[in-house]
Amino acid sequence: MNIHEYQAKELFKKYNVPTPNGHIAFTPEEAVRAASDLGGSVWVVKAQIHAGGRGLGGGVKLARSAAEVRELASEILGMTLVTHQTGPEGKLVQKVYIEEGADIQKEYYLGILLDRALEMPIMMASTEGGMAIEDVAHNTPEKIIKVSIDPVTGFQGFHGRKLAFALGLPKEDVNRFVKFASALYNVYMDNDAEMIEINPLIKTGDGRFLALDAKMGFDNNALYRQEHVHEMRDLTEEEPTEVEAGKHDLSYIKLDGNVGCMVNGAGLAMGTMDTINYEGGKPANFLDVGGSASAATVAKGFEIILKDPNVKAIFVNIFGGIVRCDRVANGIIEATKLTNVNVPVIVRLDGTNAIEATEILRNAGIKNIIAATDLADGAKKAVAAAKGE
Amino acid sequence: MSILVNKDTKVIVQGFTGKEGSFHAEQCLAYGTKIMGGVTPGKGGQEHLGLPVFNTVRDAVVATGATVSMIFVPPAFVADAVMEAADAGITMAVIITEGAPVKDMMYAKAYATKKDMMTIGPNCPGIITADECKIGIMPGFIFKKGSIGLISKSGTLTYESANQVVKEGFGITTAVGIGGDPIIGLSYKQLLPMFEADPETKAIVMIGEIGGDLEIQAAAYIKEHITKPVVAFIAGQTAPEGKRMGHAGAIISGGAGTAAEKMAALTAAGVTVVVSPADIGKAVAEVMKKL
Repeated sequence: MNIHEYQAKELFKKYNVPTPNGHIAFTPEEAVRAASDLGGSVWVVKAQIHAGGRGLGGGVKLARSAAEVRELASEILGMTLVTHQTGPEGKLVQKVYIEEGADIQKEYYLGILLDRALEMPIMMASTEGGMAIEDVAHNTPEKIIKVSIDPVTGFQGFHGRKLAFALGLPKEDVNRFVKFASALYNVYMDNDAEMIEINPLIKTGDGRFLALDAKMGFDNNALYRQEHVHEMRDLTEEEPTEVEAGKHDLSYIKLDGNVGCMVNGAGLAMGTMDTINYEGGKPANFLDVGGSASAATVAKGFEIILKDPNVKAIFVNIFGGIVRCDRVANGIIEATKLTNVNVPVIVRLDGTNAIEATEILRNAGIKNIIAATDLADGAKKAVAAAKGE
Repeated sequence: MSILVNKDTKVIVQGFTGKEGSFHAEQCLAYGTKIMGGVTPGKGGQEHLGLPVFNTVRDAVVATGATVSMIFVPPAFVADAVMEAADAGITMAVIITEGAPVKDMMYAKAYATKKDMMTIGPNCPGIITADECKIGIMPGFIFKKGSIGLISKSGTLTYESANQVVKEGFGITTAVGIGGDPIIGLSYKQLLPMFEADPETKAIVMIGEIGGDLEIQAAAYIKEHITKPVVAFIAGQTAPEGKRMGHAGAIISGGAGTAAEKMAALTAAGVTVVVSPADIGKAVAEVMKKL
């Protein structure tokens, strides 16, 4: 789960990670009021969407008067912002963050994420602040400095000093940086974060370190014990069909092909997409219906897949283990009665009681159900059906 | 022969009396696994499935001599259960539970390593040695005895590939579902040398997926140390970047962890990499023919 910049900064404040002051605004009027509350003479109007690259896309602008704040807020609110992370369709901006202008002397990058190989968090820093960190990692990997932090013993001063000296900070800045990094580590661990990215972290003219931007993602498995994080979830930032699927314990991700997929198990679901691709088609979605594949979940699965008008055929690929295929077959028949399935459905059932299941489907006499013998056969038939063959 | 578990392996179940724990303990017993009893705090002294229930893992180990624990406790209690098993002298914990927080697994794995306890999972189907011992939730009948070792991040792809291998006339020595979470226990790199050393295993199937770099590490290891043929499939060639594909660890982030890079590394290491998972069985038949 991801949150907005303004929400991450609120969390930072609780942990004494310094950020510029700012207020969230949903209308140009609120934006002007926010600027006047903040005081000063320079403000930044920042689009709040869950994607990076907002500045380049025209979603972050500098204002030097109240009139300009109003003008820019009106312009940005309601715009569809396209960045390298939103995809070509872009994202609708529904709120802006009004922040006091900062006196930037130098920009850095600072981030924390899980190193899966080391099985502990790593903190990464770079002098190349303000640039896409993926590009820095690719073009000049030597400019990224990493320290791994053993969670059992936690963040130590040396972790921070190692980064500070490698960044070339003058010695009078080192302690301030260490304090900043240590506080950020606490934000990460206490809230079950998956990643934190500050890009840029700035040093101001008067020698302070400030998080000018903030990006945070969280471990979904830990949300049950992070209620304050869960409350920050912004459903308008997520694909509506994916949200609806989630409510029914289905794991669904929309793709841009025309062969719908309904599979039990995440690995087989990915493998099914790959097989469709291999056979010359394009998968319309990832959908894991889970272990039980009951009539109700299968019906919901059909309903969700068919919300996508591109879908021309559906490939149901179930490997029955503990769940018996004859039950799944009955579930599919039941589901076609619950939902109007108006495209060909190719069904491959293998594993426990697969032969009985094929019999059941054949005898049901539902004309748009096509039985397949194995994974390859099913994928071929589904691709052909989607092409209208 | 086989790896890690066999007909003599003594197993206890943590979360024994719960719905999942009960159902699968019964299935494992029916398969022939030596389930010795289980642990449910507060229910010590009772009987369940005709077996003793203990309050602590220590009590269970002392009374039964079990060395392996199969863990079914709810996600919030997984770390506690793993550490209790490690503290009690269990040598391997098989963690079936899905949804344990990453931070918890970080602590639990560090503790287990310190206590010399191996872990499998979490969020995995478990481990099975054909016709001898099933510790997990996989349908046992698919795994006919044979000469192929299987390592997989995905449950249903484990069943799919075992089924294909069997249909081609071969069978399985041991199959290990290692799970698709960001932090897991035994992985390819630890399991590959076990299969290499097992005289009954003639070839190895490894199923990977997008996210992380365990498959890349495996490729480097195979190149240097594995002489037996390896067939691999990497799921998620068509997965978009930045989306979590069901498994907590199955995500391409910052352009890293793609199927393409893993397939390239494995191919360079001499592994037979199939593009379609429907070809796993056929590829195994091919490499076996050459032996």
